[in-house]
Amino acid sequence: MTEITSLSLFELIKNIKEKKISSNEATKSFVDRSQKSKKLNAYLTENFENCLKLSKEFDNKPNFDLKLPGIPIAVKDLFCTNEVRTTAGSNILNNFVPSYESTVTQNIWNEGGILLGKLNCDEFAMGSSNETSFFGNVQNPIAKDLVPGGSSGGSSAALAANLTPVTIGTDTGGSIRQPASFTGTVGLKPTYGSCSRYGIVAFASSLDQAGPMSKDVKDCSILLEVISSFDKKDSTSIDFKRNNYSSELNRNIKGIKIGIPKEYRVDGMPDEIENLWKKGIEYAKDCGAEIIDISLPHTSYALPTYYIVAPAEASSNLARYDGVKYGLRSSGESLIDMYEKTRSEGFGEEVKRRIMIGTYVLSSGYYDAYYLKAQKVRQLIKQDFDQAYNKVDAILTPSTPSSAFKIGEKSNDPVSMYLNDIFTVPVNLAGLPGISIPAGTDKNNYPLGLQIIGKPFDEQTVLNIAYSMEERINYKNNITDWWME
Amino acid sequence: MTIDLKTVKHISKLARISLEEKKAEKLADDMNSIFEFIEKLNELSTENVEPLTSIAETTLRFREDKITSDNIREKILKNSPEKNDDFFVVPKVVE
Repeated sequence: MTEITSLSLFELIKNIKEKKISSNEATKSFVDRSQKSKKLNAYLTENFENCLKLSKEFDNKPNFDLKLPGIPIAVKDLFCTNEVRTTAGSNILNNFVPSYESTVTQNIWNEGGILLGKLNCDEFAMGSSNETSFFGNVQNPIAKDLVPGGSSGGSSAALAANLTPVTIGTDTGGSIRQPASFTGTVGLKPTYGSCSRYGIVAFASSLDQAGPMSKDVKDCSILLEVISSFDKKDSTSIDFKRNNYSSELNRNIKGIKIGIPKEYRVDGMPDEIENLWKKGIEYAKDCGAEIIDISLPHTSYALPTYYIVAPAEASSNLARYDGVKYGLRSSGESLIDMYEKTRSEGFGEEVKRRIMIGTYVLSSGYYDAYYLKAQKVRQLIKQDFDQAYNKVDAILTPSTPSSAFKIGEKSNDPVSMYLNDIFTVPVNLAGLPGISIPAGTDKNNYPLGLQIIGKPFDEQTVLNIAYSMEERINYKNNITDWWME
Repeated sequence: MTIDLKTVKHISKLARISLEEKKAEKLADDMNSIFEFIEKLNELSTENVEPLTSIAETTLRFREDKITSDNIREKILKNSPEKNDDFFVVPKVVE
């Protein structure tokens, strides 16, 4: 029999329901493999003992009607978990133990999931390589000294290395889709307002969304169904009719219109990415989709817009870290001195950089020139998509402009790091759903992903296209367990 | 436009982040390269465009003015770096 840890979530659930594997057996397998995988640095907080205990309790009183019956799941350390340390990858929250649970994780536990541990991420989700984490970078299981992407880098690494059957991340500018692309896994950013932001450490509130990360599209649909819910505790949560994403999942995409935006052919894009995209277009045709050329004229303005809006919102959200109510406190001679020292010692370089940019663009005299201007351009970017969706049902693009890069390769040049998100950022600005699925490899055999972007609230179409193309692509990760002890 | 050292120091005051001289210089360089990249937006005329503030086109909901959480004062105080029975303690503000 295949190892328990390499089963898909769907297979694992099936085995547990058929009583071929117990929740405790499954949990032991994931705990054991996680303990032998410390070199990846994927975990920030282990919940192994408690998870084993809860899995036994589940087996004593099993409820097989639940959607995640006794399934151990590790989550990104940006979700507040009641009584379990939550750091957001930052020194300033090093000892923070929340007294409440995020809605998204609560939805998982309500359906029988059990917390396995908290996964590494870029500090406050600001980064594209997991290198800004206070707790050190994460290794990509694909190859040694390769970044796993970011900010949900611990999540993508743990998932690709089979340390957790599925996981959840958050995506503000590509933080689910880019790491999924770098590790040969599937990651979905839902429509803004689908998954509650309650209890997620805030970065940029008008862009942040939680979403599922999984080994395949079917698993993605199962987890989305669990985490997507209307929540009164999030003022931007939207009360719309959610599909039963997993039971409505199908591969019939005959006649579906898929748009190819010409502006995504960016200068200097490697041939490998161009070829992957061309192949993707052929795969989509093979699956019965109709391909239509479209234009999203303001695409090249998306990144500059993002790097005003996101830091502005971040500087405001991160004002709460003042050393008074929770988190790190440095000693100072006066209250102001204490604030300044706490924030200087508590935040890392990238976070400080973004707070500074955000403070600057919101400061007196510059607000109109930067922040207001960016909000206007954001409107134009959204209108591009609105107009495209008069002609097509979904859009196909590469997920990233390159495959995973080496640790340290881009960490000294913020702008070159920001360019990683060139294909994912417009989707956050417009609030749309987008998925990355593995679609091929580069010359080093590193995975490359394709992104499918949908209409607002139309996750089902996005999933169905991905499900159909996944079968056609038939991608297999080639992971050698090189890190195992 | 360039951001000089004086501006960086002013912004760091506003952001309540103390900054060493050396780091301030590096930060000025970084901010200048980022703003050079951001300036691209000035190519666009946006005179008659409505700013997009929220993607969720909903009006804020009302709720009943009722306490819904339990009394969790102790739990909340547990995370504070310095406390005194029922209060957060900070460096002396009033002489």
